[in-house]
Amino acid sequence: MNLKDKLINSFENLVQSSNGSEAEHVGTKRTESMAVFTAQGFPSMKDEEWKYTPLNKSIKRDYQLESQFSTDVKSSEVDSFLCSGIDSYKLVFVNGVFSSALSNTTSQENFFVTNLKDAFSGDSEIFNEYFGKLADTQQSMVALNTAFAKEGAFIYVKAGSVVDKLIQIIYINNDNSEAQLSQVRNLFVVEDRAEVQILERHQSLTDEYVFTNVVTETSVGNEAHFKHFKVQNNLDQTTLVDSTFVQQGAKSSSLVDTFAFGGDLTRNNLHFEFSGEYAEANMDAITLLKGDTIVDHHTFVDHAVPNCQSNQLYKGIYDEKSKGVFNGKVMVRKDAQKTNAFQQNNNLLLTDLAAIDTKPQLEIFADDVACSHGCTIGQLDDEALFYMQSRGIPIKEAKAFLMFAFAGDTLKNITIPELKAQLINLVAQKLNVNLELNELNI
Amino acid sequence: MLKIQDLKVEIEGKEIIKGLNLEINKGEVHAIMGPNGAGKSTLSAVIAGREEYEVTGGKIEFEGKDIMDLAPEERAHAGVFLSFQYPVEIPGVSVTNFIKTAINENRKAKGLDAMEAKDLLKLMREKQQLLEMDKTFMSRSINEGFSGGEKKRNEIFQMAMLDPKLAILDETDSGLDIDALRIVANGVNKLKGEDNAVMVITHYQRLLDHIIPDFVHVLFDGKIVKSGDKNLALELEEKGYDWIKQELK
Repeated sequence: MNLKDKLINSFENLVQSSNGSEAEHVGTKRTESMAVFTAQGFPSMKDEEWKYTPLNKSIKRDYQLESQFSTDVKSSEVDSFLCSGIDSYKLVFVNGVFSSALSNTTSQENFFVTNLKDAFSGDSEIFNEYFGKLADTQQSMVALNTAFAKEGAFIYVKAGSVVDKLIQIIYINNDNSEAQLSQVRNLFVVEDRAEVQILERHQSLTDEYVFTNVVTETSVGNEAHFKHFKVQNNLDQTTLVDSTFVQQGAKSSSLVDTFAFGGDLTRNNLHFEFSGEYAEANMDAITLLKGDTIVDHHTFVDHAVPNCQSNQLYKGIYDEKSKGVFNGKVMVRKDAQKTNAFQQNNNLLLTDLAAIDTKPQLEIFADDVACSHGCTIGQLDDEALFYMQSRGIPIKEAKAFLMFAFAGDTLKNITIPELKAQLINLVAQKLNVNLELNELNI
Repeated sequence: MLKIQDLKVEIEGKEIIKGLNLEINKGEVHAIMGPNGAGKSTLSAVIAGREEYEVTGGKIEFEGKDIMDLAPEERAHAGVFLSFQYPVEIPGVSVTNFIKTAINENRKAKGLDAMEAKDLLKLMREKQQLLEMDKTFMSRSINEGFSGGEKKRNEIFQMAMLDPKLAILDETDSGLDIDALRIVANGVNKLKGEDNAVMVITHYQRLLDHIIPDFVHVLFDGKIVKSGDKNLALELEEKGYDWIKQELK
C-alpha cells in the first residue's frame, strides 16, 4: 500500500479513536484537511512550488504511523542538544511524543508553555481562536499535518508580558526499530506588547528513516516582539518538511532564524503576513550542507498593508554533492505603500557537484515602495586561503574562517549571548574545526 | 638556511624562473632587486608554497631539508614567513582572532600547548607598540579597509608575532610614506638576529637605507644575473637596469 492510501486508512481509525475526546471544530478541521490531502496527495516535482525538490523517494518508504515508539532517552543526552548555561522552559518530544519527565513546562497567569495535545479537547479559548486559522490548510502538507497532528508546543504570552526565559523545544527521533512518520504542530500566540524567544530544534539520532512534517502557527500581536530560532540538524536518512506561518500586528517585530544543517531532504516554507502597519519581519538563515542532501527554502512575505518592512538574509554553503534551493516570494499589494522589502541570498559552492537554484520573485502592485533582491554564487578565495596558510593556519581551518566570515552576519539578530555562543559552536562543529569563531561588530 | 638550486618555475605553461641559484645563511640580509616582470614575486610565492606555480626543475632546501612537497602552512611552521605585496582582505576575521589562531597552530605543529591568553595579550601589546599601531586595530577585520601603510604594518606585526627564521618581504615598501617606512623597517630590524635571515624584495634603494643588506642580487628574466654588496643597490638606484642588460648582451 502506498503511503497516501495508508494515511487515508489510518485517518479513519483516528476519527474513531478520538471520537468525543476532541472539540467539534477540531474534528471538522481534520476532516476538511484530510479531504484536501486526499484530493492533492503529496507534492510532486510537477508542482511549480516543488520543482527542485523531489519528495518521491521519501514517500516511497514504509513508515510506522501510530506512535508506538519508545520514548526512552537520557536527560543528559537531551541536554547536550539544548542551549546550556541559562535557565529555560523546555518541551521535549521523543519520537513525536511529549516527554513530561524531560520537559520543564509552566502554566502561569501571564504565559504558559505546554503540550498542544491537551488543547484539542477545546477547553482552551486561545486554541479555539487560533488553531488552523493562520496556516494555509489548502497546501497538501499543511492539510496532512492538520488532519493528524496530536502533539507539539503550545505557547501563549498574555498582552504586555515578557517571558523571562528562553523557551526550548526539541524534537528527538531515536527509535531504531522502524521508519517513522512524525507529524507535530506548534501554536504560538504572542499578544499585544508581549515578548518571547523560542528555540526549536529537530535532531534525529537514528539510522532508520524519519519523516517529520511540522506546522507552526504564530500570531504576533501589536507592538509585540517575537524571535524563533530553528535548528535543523538531522542525519542523512531524514526528511523534514517545515511549514511556518507568522501573522504580525501593527508595530510588531519578529525574527525567524533558520540553521539548516542537513538531513536527506529539508523543505522550509516560511510565510509572513502583516495585519497592521509599521511591522518588521526578519528572516535570517545559514545553510551548511554536504553529502547528497538538499535544503529548499521557500519564503513568502505578504505585504498587504502599508509601511511594513521585511528583511531576508539567506546564506548557504554547499559542499560535496549537496544542493540548495532559495525561492523568495514577496507580494506587495496595491494598498501597501511605503513598503520596504529586502532580500539577499548568497551562496558558496565548494565543489563542482554542489548546486543552488535561487529564484527571487517580487510581485509589486503599489507604486511607492523600496524593494530589492540580490543573489550571488561564488567559491572560496584561493588568494585568501594562501594568505592564511602562509601564516601557518592549516587549510581546513583557513576554509572554516572564510566560511564563517561569509555567513556570520546572519547571527546579528541573536541577542542572548549563550544562545549565540551555542549556535556559533554548532557552526564550528559543522565546519569540523576547533576554532574560536568570533562575530565581528561590523 | 635557504638553498635554492637551479630552480625553474612555470605558470600556465610560461617559464618565469629559469634556473635560479640563491643561498641565504642565518644572520644575513639579502636584497633581491630587478625590473618589473623579472620573477621577484614568483620567487617569493614559490618559496612560501603557492600551488598555482609549477616547479619544473631544481630544488629548494630550508635548513637542510627539501621543502618542495610541504604545504604552505607546513613551511610556515618550519619558520618561513612571507610578507605579501598585496595583503589579502578577509572580512569577518579580526586581527586578534587571526593572529591567535596562527600562533597556536604554529605551536601545535611544534607540539606545544596553546599560548595562555594573558601571555598572548602581552605579546600582542608589545608588538603593537613596536609598530606604533592603534589598539582599535586589533578588533578590525583583517586588512579590510586598511590603508596601504596599515596593511604593511599589519604584515610586519604578524611577522613580529610569529618570529620566523626566514622573513621574505615582498615589496613591503610599496605604498608606504616615509614615517611608515621607518616604522616598518624598525620592526624588521628588531627581528633580525644571528639566527634569523631576511630576504627583501624591492625596486628601490630607500628601504635599504633602513634595512642594510649584506648581499644585493639582481634578478632579471628569471635568473640572478649579478650579485654584490649594498653598493650594488646604490649603483642600480643611480643608473637603472639598462647597464646590466648591456652587460648581459
